[in-house]
Amino acid sequence: MHQMTLAEIARGLADKKFSSEELTRTLLARIAQLDPQLNSFITVTEDLAITQAQAADARRAAGETGALLGAPLAHKDLFCTKGVRTSCASKMLDNFKAPYDATVVARLAAAGTVTLGKTNMDEFAMGSANESSHYGAVKNPWNLQHVPGGSSGGSAAAVAARLLPGATGTDTGGSIRQPAALTNLTGLKPTYGRVSRWGMIAYASSLDQAGPMARTAEDCALLLQGMAGFDVNDSTSIDEPVPDYSAGLNASLQGLRIGVPKEYFSAGLDPRIADLVMASVEELKKLGAVVKEISLPNLQHAIPAYYVIAPAEASSNLSRFDGVRFGYRCEDPKDLTDLYKRSRGEGFGPEVQRRIMVGAYALSAGYYDAYYLQAQKIRRLIKNDFMNAFAEVDVILGPTTPNPAWKIGAKNADPIAEYLEDFYTITANLAGLPGLSMPAGFADGLPVGVQLLAPYFQEGRLLNVAHQYQQVTDWHTRSPAGF
Amino acid sequence: MQWEVVIGLEIHTQLTTQSKIFSGSATTFGSEPNTQASLVDLGMPGTLPVLNKEAVQMAVKFGLAIDAEIGQHNVFARKNYFYPDLPKGYQISQMELPIVGKGHLDITLEDGTIKRIGVTRAHLEEDAGKSLHEDYSGMTGIDLNRAGTPLLEIVSEPDMRSAKEAVAYVKAMHALVRYLGICDGNMAEGSLRCDCNVSIRPKGQVEYGTRCEIKNVNSFRFIEKAINSEIQRQIDLIEDGGKVIQQTRLYDPNTNETRAMRSKEEANDYRYFPDPDLLPVIIEDAFLEQTRATLPELPPQKRERFQSQFGLSLYDASVLASSREQADFFEKVVSISGDAKLAANWVMVELGSLLNKQGVEIDESPVSAEQLGGMLLRIKDNTISGKIAKMVFEGMANGEGSADEIIDQRGLKQVTDSGAIESMLDDVLAANAEQVEQYRAADEAKRGKMFGFFVGQAMKASKGKANPGQVNELLKRKLEG
Repeated sequence: MHQMTLAEIARGLADKKFSSEELTRTLLARIAQLDPQLNSFITVTEDLAITQAQAADARRAAGETGALLGAPLAHKDLFCTKGVRTSCASKMLDNFKAPYDATVVARLAAAGTVTLGKTNMDEFAMGSANESSHYGAVKNPWNLQHVPGGSSGGSAAAVAARLLPGATGTDTGGSIRQPAALTNLTGLKPTYGRVSRWGMIAYASSLDQAGPMARTAEDCALLLQGMAGFDVNDSTSIDEPVPDYSAGLNASLQGLRIGVPKEYFSAGLDPRIADLVMASVEELKKLGAVVKEISLPNLQHAIPAYYVIAPAEASSNLSRFDGVRFGYRCEDPKDLTDLYKRSRGEGFGPEVQRRIMVGAYALSAGYYDAYYLQAQKIRRLIKNDFMNAFAEVDVILGPTTPNPAWKIGAKNADPIAEYLEDFYTITANLAGLPGLSMPAGFADGLPVGVQLLAPYFQEGRLLNVAHQYQQVTDWHTRSPAGF
Repeated sequence: MQWEVVIGLEIHTQLTTQSKIFSGSATTFGSEPNTQASLVDLGMPGTLPVLNKEAVQMAVKFGLAIDAEIGQHNVFARKNYFYPDLPKGYQISQMELPIVGKGHLDITLEDGTIKRIGVTRAHLEEDAGKSLHEDYSGMTGIDLNRAGTPLLEIVSEPDMRSAKEAVAYVKAMHALVRYLGICDGNMAEGSLRCDCNVSIRPKGQVEYGTRCEIKNVNSFRFIEKAINSEIQRQIDLIEDGGKVIQQTRLYDPNTNETRAMRSKEEANDYRYFPDPDLLPVIIEDAFLEQTRATLPELPPQKRERFQSQFGLSLYDASVLASSREQADFFEKVVSISGDAKLAANWVMVELGSLLNKQGVEIDESPVSAEQLGGMLLRIKDNTISGKIAKMVFEGMANGEGSADEIIDQRGLKQVTDSGAIESMLDDVLAANAEQVEQYRAADEAKRGKMFGFFVGQAMKASKGKANPGQVNELLKRKLEG
């Protein structure tokens, strides 16, 4: 039962082969049995899940249908979930029960999904290895010595290990696509503004975007359908009609113009990944796509620009965690300054503190122009590069990551080395474009992902290409040994 | 040394929107602590601001009223600092691109001249909550009801040269925002607060002196006193060989002194940057024109109209136009009585002193415009004299009813029947036969003085009710005859 995709579950539930409650109980048992190896959940919401599953079964019995009715999933632990701890994997919010539901949570719940729990992540979504969590590192089910990627590492590991069919993630610099690549999943970061950020605890507001993580493009289409759409509570959400993503999956790729940026094949790229990327291009050619070399000349500036903008916004976004109204408060503060310093010093982990300091510095008087404004200019240049590229091609294809999953702890001494793992993913966030990672093979037993980028609001095109690719390949169907 | 004072003001006005600037919470003053604080106002993780269009409309209205450039592309920025009553750790404000740019406001000085004060900019921002230090023995209570209330911060040019000018400017601004209906102007509740930037320089010097900012002064009287005490402090300091250091200071009304709060070096680096949760605000031309159409007649136009339409002096016109309530009251009295000069006089003098005595505003006046207008009609049609009118006015102030009712009940109606007046005069002259003899013997100059005596006696005899014109005429005839 646990091997089923969301699409298969939808058919099974519709055909009354099993109930949502049966499925939910099976998966809860599996989580209890296997998650200790992975540490992919921070909170398992067993009671909530059973209640929701029973409610979904009742709705179905009353004649309601819907692809997500009764479908089990989990939310990254930065989506506020009413009455449930929403920790951001931080000691700071270990005691925080959200008083409301994020729009993503509310919409998926309204569609009838069953929330199995809240998944582990890098603390406040800051990281690419899921090692910075207050609740401990998440292990990659493909090799328990390795990282699952981050920051949505818990969602990735749980779905890859077949603990559940799909989960939500968020992507600020690659946090959906990179862990999807490292765990053999399909993950989609939508266009900035496609999915509401209301209730999604902010890391970097101008870059954060929620999206689905699942085993197939078809499942991502189902989840995105339940998440996307305008929200009056989020001023940056965009009032653009949401197409039927599932209906677009089977369009032919005949004549699809694929651009492959020459800058992608630089010295940092693992040659095994380069080969798999080119192999995926060959597959797509067989489906009728035409391939063109393109150029993204400002690619090299993306990481420096990102590591100014994201920490700058984070330094401000995380100011509300001050020990005054909610979250962690230090013992016996002797005055206000002591309350602030110790609550934040003790409540935040080292990577979060590092980014707050970098960000505060970049925004401070006398440095703002040199750092923040300069980074914003680079952001425009990168966006222009993409606009020029998309004048010639329909999608851009390349590696999702320069390397497969690395050993836990291997990059701890050198945060920059971890930052560089986001080399291919960050540009989509800076430009606000949709991006998808799909399984494209293995390097010595570790999954490798291929990334597709498309123009604004062309999530449907990404899902279509990935789905067609998944019709002729079987990488995405492979499951890790022991799960 | 002759010193010149330079003053610039920052006025924070709370806008009277239905809900807060970035959330749907109500903005009513004085509710139980934290009952008007939503998830957004509490700075709950994951919450996001949504701009209140009404606040934008009000700011634009203000901009148009001071003839300012409107920032048709304006941007909200985060001002970052930590304070317990600032829930997000930043205040959403505007920095580089405010909604209102350069404009100006005219003020009337005591000598009746008009001075133009430049407005540098005005920007929208959210108010913070309140820290309550009393009643919590060693702890601080936080009330976030006020957090997120929309503020329009109006920054003036350093154009004022005395505390009196500064007060005149604040009063004019106070009147303007009330005219526009964008702020209730209640200074005691903090709806309008003022920061005063004060510096001095030797007369004739072009460069400004070092300024100090007096924070949060909340009454017209305190503004004047705080500025004057700060001016004196700076003069004393410099004349004693010292130097003014740039500081933020607080005014203590009990000691009538300002004291240092923090120096420039201790000032926060607010690390402003555009708020990524909010899109730039684009104000279309059509929106500007719609808003312009909603503007009421403003003090300068009203003043000019009062001069041209009613023939009032510049001074009277400025005083009457200075508040919307007073101007409306005056115009109502004019429309009933049909006599603008009489109305101006009564509103400014008698009504003014009555309100002053009772310490109430004109919208709480015990004598309504209808009552006053009705009384003026009776002056005009000679039912009562000006003197009797004062008694009637007092009666109205005491709640005795309309002018006609009071005149009726107290029998104050003027006597205009010449037969009755004549017989009354005959009695008066008979009772004062000696004076009549003296009058008749006197020369023209002396007679003039003595005539008043007979008028006085006659009015006394009639209890003030005899028509003074008729009394004069008949008396003259009888004495001469």
